[in-house]
Amino acid sequence: MIQAASKTHSAVQMVRTALERAHHYQDTHHIFTFINDEAALAKAAAIDQRIQRGETVGPLAGVPYALKDNFLSPEGETTASAHILEGFTSPVTATAVQKLEDAGAIMIGRTNLDAFAHGSSTENSYFGPTKNSRDPERVAGGSSGGSAVAVALGIVPFATGTDTGGSIRQPASFNGVYGLKPTYGTISRYGVVAMASSTDCIGFFAQSPEDLDLLMRVTAGQDPYDLTTLPDYYQTAPAETAPRRIGVIKDFDNEAVDPEIRAALQHKLDLLRQQGHQIIELSMPSLKYALAAYYIIVPAEVASNLSRHDGVRYGFRSTKSQHLAELYQNTRDEGFMPENKRRIMIGNFVLSSGYYDAYYLKAAKARTLIIQEYEKAFKQCDFILTPVSPNPAFKLGEKVNDPVAMYLEDVMSVPLNLAGVPGLAIPAGETKSGLALGLQLVGPRRSDAALLQFAKTLEESH
Amino acid sequence: MEVNQATIQHLAQLSNFALTADQSQRLESDIRAILDYISQLDQLDTDGIEPTYQVFEMENVWRPDVITPQDATPDELLDLTVATQDHQIKVPKVL
Repeated sequence: MIQAASKTHSAVQMVRTALERAHHYQDTHHIFTFINDEAALAKAAAIDQRIQRGETVGPLAGVPYALKDNFLSPEGETTASAHILEGFTSPVTATAVQKLEDAGAIMIGRTNLDAFAHGSSTENSYFGPTKNSRDPERVAGGSSGGSAVAVALGIVPFATGTDTGGSIRQPASFNGVYGLKPTYGTISRYGVVAMASSTDCIGFFAQSPEDLDLLMRVTAGQDPYDLTTLPDYYQTAPAETAPRRIGVIKDFDNEAVDPEIRAALQHKLDLLRQQGHQIIELSMPSLKYALAAYYIIVPAEVASNLSRHDGVRYGFRSTKSQHLAELYQNTRDEGFMPENKRRIMIGNFVLSSGYYDAYYLKAAKARTLIIQEYEKAFKQCDFILTPVSPNPAFKLGEKVNDPVAMYLEDVMSVPLNLAGVPGLAIPAGETKSGLALGLQLVGPRRSDAALLQFAKTLEESH
Repeated sequence: MEVNQATIQHLAQLSNFALTADQSQRLESDIRAILDYISQLDQLDTDGIEPTYQVFEMENVWRPDVITPQDATPDELLDLTVATQDHQIKVPKVL
């Protein structure tokens, strides 16, 4: 749990413990791309001194946190776990990072991800995979795998993530922690490595809805550097005891979903019924097309966003080129991972003349239908409860050579990103073999605070 | 949609990749599998539906047309590149 430093609770002690744990688990779980030993301890000492002098400190004073390695800041290289960004130390600081630091939080390390956040297992990292917190032979989930594991193993009380199609919620559920993907536009993306601009969201991993609420209050809000940020709207929701209508999507209740996940969902629905809430069955037939639409729209935006990486201005540059054109091609060939290349090429395919109408335009129309289905659903219910992914954490190597199998991991998480609605991954017990199970609570746009408030009713000790 | 080596070479050119023959073969089967999957969208009826390109409640944002200080200086940005000369980024010859 997040506990700010005070006269009796030393920032140095908190940060030192976090750093020790980070180093301890690094050998077994490969969580970090950078550990911020010296700077973190110096900052902690400065906060302890301010507290001793009686100065006012922020709500996150001295709280150690882990930063997904696609957030820019001058502390450590920002690589996005991609070879093409190796050597890049940012002169600018992401707005979200600045707000956390202004509130007193202390970054103790940068966490591993699938390169450029392309993936659902962290196996696409140039630096190698992060291991699952419950079973090191299994994947951490992704793309924010390092951040999820850092919180699950108690190294830090919170970590940042980005969620373009499930990259916070799926690793949160694979490791038994909370993970929030806010409403699109809630937290500034200035200074975060872009993946797909129409779906990218910044969010957090933590151990409780209360902690996520605090982090939202610190980081949400309009930013002149990101013109897609919503006007400040986030406020802690009042405690609510009135019965709510909870939707379940019958289209997701099928054999493709692991029986233990379906059982965990039924268990939570029973709990909600006992508490007097009403369960509403929803039909959302367009959602089964969301994954296909997502893997057209997102690669299109990826191809565009990643065209800037050419070895000229920053990051890695291939050394074997005689001409400028070769420099571009060799740098991009050596610098991108296979999954980056697949997405860039698919993106250029669906945008190319002759195919644009059949793929990109078709997907953009499907997106409208998906948004309309959510709007209709939220007239019938207040929140929706669904699985996050069809299965718990899978074995390392099981899906990494089969791109479509890996994409199917995201089948129940991507619809939210296409619609811009918030989703909260909540822990939901474990499998018989001890793997973490998670579910996601979905709300209408700008319902983030209410979502976190309602999630408390689903808390149980397992 | 038929995917062959010519398709892959064309996409590699659009994407600015120098691919080895091995990579190219591998990508052909991967891209074919992905296109097969996403082509299921054909089954969705989208007649008369308007496309959605972004989900932000967009409105014009105005600011005065004045130069404001930026987060990074030109020198800091030049420091990020591999090679410079005379305060400019140096690259191999164009032709």
